[in-house]
Amino acid sequence: MNTRPFLGWFVSPAGLVAVALVAAMLAVFQYSVRAYIPGSLEVSEFTWQNFAAMLRPLYALAFWNTVLLCFETAVFTLILAYPLAYALVRTNSSALRSFILIVSVTPLFLGEVVRTYSWMIVLGNNGFLNTLLLKLGLLDRPVQMMFTAGGVVAALVHVTMPIMVIMLAAALSHIDRNYEKAAESLGAGPVRVFLTITLPLSMPGIVAGFSTAFAWTFSAFATPQLIGGGRVSTVSTLIYQLGFSSFNFPFAASLSIIGLALSLAVVALLKKAASPLERMAATT
Amino acid sequence: MKRSPGALLLRWSGRILVAAVLLFVLLPGIVVAISAFNDRAILVFPPQSWSLRWFWRAFSYPDFAKGFWNGLTVTVWASSIALVVGSAFAFAIHRYKFALRNLLEGILLSPLIIPHYTIGLGVLILASQTNVGRGLPLVIFAHVVMVLPFVMRSTYISLENLDIRLELAASSLGATPLRILFTVTIPLLIPGLLSGWLFAAILSFNEFTATLFVSSHATQTLPVAMYNYVREFADPTLAALSVIYIVVTATLLTIANSFLGLGKILNVDAH
Repeated sequence: MNTRPFLGWFVSPAGLVAVALVAAMLAVFQYSVRAYIPGSLEVSEFTWQNFAAMLRPLYALAFWNTVLLCFETAVFTLILAYPLAYALVRTNSSALRSFILIVSVTPLFLGEVVRTYSWMIVLGNNGFLNTLLLKLGLLDRPVQMMFTAGGVVAALVHVTMPIMVIMLAAALSHIDRNYEKAAESLGAGPVRVFLTITLPLSMPGIVAGFSTAFAWTFSAFATPQLIGGGRVSTVSTLIYQLGFSSFNFPFAASLSIIGLALSLAVVALLKKAASPLERMAATT
Repeated sequence: MKRSPGALLLRWSGRILVAAVLLFVLLPGIVVAISAFNDRAILVFPPQSWSLRWFWRAFSYPDFAKGFWNGLTVTVWASSIALVVGSAFAFAIHRYKFALRNLLEGILLSPLIIPHYTIGLGVLILASQTNVGRGLPLVIFAHVVMVLPFVMRSTYISLENLDIRLELAASSLGATPLRILFTVTIPLLIPGLLSGWLFAAILSFNEFTATLFVSSHATQTLPVAMYNYVREFADPTLAALSVIYIVVTATLLTIANSFLGLGKILNVDAH
């Protein structure tokens, strides 16, 4: 009797998709080491030139900017998402629970374009924030918020909020509350209970949320492109520009290879840096 | 229980903090909703006169209608193909050991961390090298790759929770593997399969970055059409479309929450 019924039937379609995905990634690798023929999608001979060109200040700066932008976004998202996730898990009112859940999760399903567009109206010179601040007399002329790195970070924080809230809430909901009760009964105040029990125990969620926020921001395109308006260049906007304005696909390919490597390295580094903390959370 | 003034202060500052963050999350939606009713063709806040004409334009603009139908076609095909391929594969990795099992799983989960522009660029280059046209099938393929990890995970979790004794009982009563699959396993997996499909469909309908690379003007989906619009025009049509988007999504989620329990699907319920 066949002990593994359907094995071939169940694995082969997935195998086909995997082969095609690997072929697509190999195509990127292969293009990244080929010379560019201006005005054509064809590529010519083997070269390392594309990778060498990345050391030029313009591109090196874009990489640095992107890493910085991702880091700032992940930090601010974490700070804002934590109270929300905490309230979501710990509130006793089921109406409030549903409200927080719907409000914080809906943006996840709206897509990057809708959310970025809303931020353009909030940040514009005739937009919501400037009008509000002018009316309140806090400003005498509009402050430039569109086309700045700060504006891009604000919008990106909003884009990565839902996934951070979900990951933090998942971690917080799995904490055994008897630990907190034990600390309380031994006389610890609420701040101390939070800092010494709840926060360390939620560390796996913090690490998962932080790395996901980082990776998502690294991959974001519509937000830096539309809110940055060409004045904030990131790896993703450069790749699009190189591919579709100058049709330099080989260079776009080499940029995305380095981008992929960099994003993997940072996520791996974060996991490594956090592993002592996670072990602590696992043993307490 | 008596509370000290310190604890009370902590409680209220916590509440204010949560309210402030909720306001931050809601603010762009509120601002966009108000702007959508602005009568003037440029974005000024607050609007001086009101009108519904941008809603009309959102419905009558041909690229949006075309993008919507393209997007719907891509979404239905991509999430259905991903459902069949991904859940079959999840079944195989859950039940069996076989050659290349971990490698295949790693490859198929990798789109979770590969930036979408890399996937888009790769599929585009592959298509041009193999002379595959930039039609809807190409967009569908890119979407299958990107939503597959979500379907695999959702099916895998359902399989973990499935009581294997039900299958053993059917088997001991003489049912063939095929019959067990269709009368026991699949019916028991339906909730997991459905939520995986729904999640994949929502992600696919909203996917933008990779789609921008692999679609052409004829095959662009709604998010791509919206992106192109915002680069060309500054009128509030997109605000009107965003309002429709937000209302439809929030309604669907509220329904999903009351029927299925969103907390359960997202695994954030307290234990």
